[in-house]
Amino acid sequence: MSIWINDDSKVLIQGITGRQGTFHGVRMSRYNTKVVGGVTPGKGGQTVDLEGLEVPVFNSMSEAISETGADVSVIYVPAKFAAGAIVDAAESFQSAGGGLIVCITEGIPTLDMVRAVAIVESCPDVRLIGPNCPGIISPGEEGGCKVGIMPAFIHEKGRIGIVSKSGTLTYEAVAQTMSVNEGQTTCVGIGGDPVNGTGFIDCLSAFEGDPETAAVVMIGEIGGSAEEEAAEWVAANMTKPVVGFVAGSTAPPGKRMGHAGAIISGGKGTAAEKFAAFEEAGIYVARDPSEIGKVLVRALVDAGLRES
Amino acid sequence: MNIHEYQAKAMFRESGIKVQDGVHCTNVEEALSAYDSLGSAVVAVKSQIHAGGRGKGTLFDPASGEEVMQGGVKIAFSRDEVGEYASNISGNLLVTKQTGPEGKIVSNMYVESGCSIEHEYYLAVLVDRDSKSVLFMASTEGGMDIEEVAEKTPEAIHKIWADPMNGISEEDASGLASSLGLSGDSSGEMVEMLVSLYELFIERDCSMIEINPLVKTEDGSMVALDAKVSFDDNADFRHPWREELRDVSEEEEVEIRAHELGLSYVKLDGNIGCLVNGAGLAMASMDVIKLYGGEPANFLDIGGGATKESITAAFEIILEDSSVEGILVNIFGGIIRCDMVARSVIEASEEVGLDVPLVVRFSGTNHAEGKAVLDGSGMAVHTTSTLSEGARKIVELIGGNN
Repeated sequence: MSIWINDDSKVLIQGITGRQGTFHGVRMSRYNTKVVGGVTPGKGGQTVDLEGLEVPVFNSMSEAISETGADVSVIYVPAKFAAGAIVDAAESFQSAGGGLIVCITEGIPTLDMVRAVAIVESCPDVRLIGPNCPGIISPGEEGGCKVGIMPAFIHEKGRIGIVSKSGTLTYEAVAQTMSVNEGQTTCVGIGGDPVNGTGFIDCLSAFEGDPETAAVVMIGEIGGSAEEEAAEWVAANMTKPVVGFVAGSTAPPGKRMGHAGAIISGGKGTAAEKFAAFEEAGIYVARDPSEIGKVLVRALVDAGLRES
Repeated sequence: MNIHEYQAKAMFRESGIKVQDGVHCTNVEEALSAYDSLGSAVVAVKSQIHAGGRGKGTLFDPASGEEVMQGGVKIAFSRDEVGEYASNISGNLLVTKQTGPEGKIVSNMYVESGCSIEHEYYLAVLVDRDSKSVLFMASTEGGMDIEEVAEKTPEAIHKIWADPMNGISEEDASGLASSLGLSGDSSGEMVEMLVSLYELFIERDCSMIEINPLVKTEDGSMVALDAKVSFDDNADFRHPWREELRDVSEEEEVEIRAHELGLSYVKLDGNIGCLVNGAGLAMASMDVIKLYGGEPANFLDIGGGATKESITAAFEIILEDSSVEGILVNIFGGIIRCDMVARSVIEASEEVGLDVPLVVRFSGTNHAEGKAVLDGSGMAVHTTSTLSEGARKIVELIGGNN
């Protein structure tokens, strides 16, 4: 089992005819993800060759969904058009019964996201992950379902759920679980932008409800208060062990650290506050990401889920 | 991107937000003629730098380091005082609690007509991450640091949120005005100002507008006495006019250069240079260096689309910093292949003449190939497979953690 996607998910690629769209489409398909088509306005009727798999291109999401029965869409559209692509996907999925949108695009104007997220939130059967994220992956027996840009080969099917604001740090967390012989149910990159779709609590709540997930690794970073809110939620609702790390203990205040949302402003959003909130909530804290594996083992042993 | 107060006020004026008359000046003569043209007996002579805390800052002579004047914003009651203050400000170093001890040279001033103040307020417009909408935040404690107000008297802060589709409602706007104790014409002016600010915020893709203080004058007008505006860089593509407002002297030259190469770089105070792919991993690398007794010299994310050229440039940028005594390269290969990074590292080291210890940690795509390339190069480089080992090694090599 997994959250939000599985081996049967039918995936559309918005921006499939672009360099990024085709490049990652090939890799998603190679991992046995069911890529059923793509959307590029004005290029409907063409096909794209994903190294052996010919998939159709449509002009709009509503057409693509009704022709393919897709329930997932991944967006590789350039930043200036990405919010429009999210809105198109949200409205089309809502009238077709619902779906998951994963927006990989980095650098979308914040006010575009304010409007796009408001529209997504008015569509009760639609979920948005991202933007500015590596995507979501659920490893299966042979390949699995990969909706994004992460290197698939580092993953393996297992019982750990991972949620993270960062890209490569998510891969680090995956490698850490593998280093202690634990695989993953689903890994979700929620992105580091100030305004985004799915947050930590959505993921934690889904992992809590997923019978296959035994424990969760949560990776936060400086800026905002999502980690503190997640910690509160964990303390009140989570029965499964959670391991946490927060990046940015050494970040100076007032400086944006790469991600648009990673900034300590007005003395708020520091890693120290977030670590403290984690500890108070009973989250198993790793101060060094290379220790996540070790800390995870401790959490699993404490929960009676592993011998040593 | 930030702009100066005088630029923000020109924008306010255009949007119908009330400000006092004022003139942008770059020297004492201009300040004096500004005073003559304004025709106001009392004027404010204001240092223009992007950092806040100007009023409570201190000016120093950059050559001698001697203190010249307390306060970077001065009220002048005569032409002579304008001359005196302008000459104390112009070309001197202003240190405020936001500039850090190195301060900022003041090259721009703003001379503005005075006004009779009845009360000072605080007003800010920003994107609220929690509610995912535009937030207006106001307080009756104008002129004060908002963080201090939030801490000591949170009940003095009032908030309203704009609807992402429909903007702010008149009801919410007048509610905010009345919670500040405004009534009659002042309340009407406040509502108009809120609407204009929202339009400006959206049209120009701002990330923050802060007015501290916003004042009610003795005749009941609502006037923005200060103006701080910053823009969302992600929206640069649809606002070409921003280039003209950019003051590059306010930005770190090396950070601009890095940005042009697709790198994200922030200079820090330590001695271990870092070169990493991914913002989260770059922060984590700094944290782990610190955890094992070292001090990171920089944040550097080479991004997902790094090339041989950008990696070479990243190396150059790290080595330009004379405090760097060692370098940690930390790559988790995804789209980026570790062997490509290895070749770039070798080439860059030869090109720039690397003379400090180098530790490289590879994981992910083609990590073994990357390590083989480095091992076969004959270069003095230490390779590790985890971030922990890498950080410990570089700290040990530069003789830290003693």
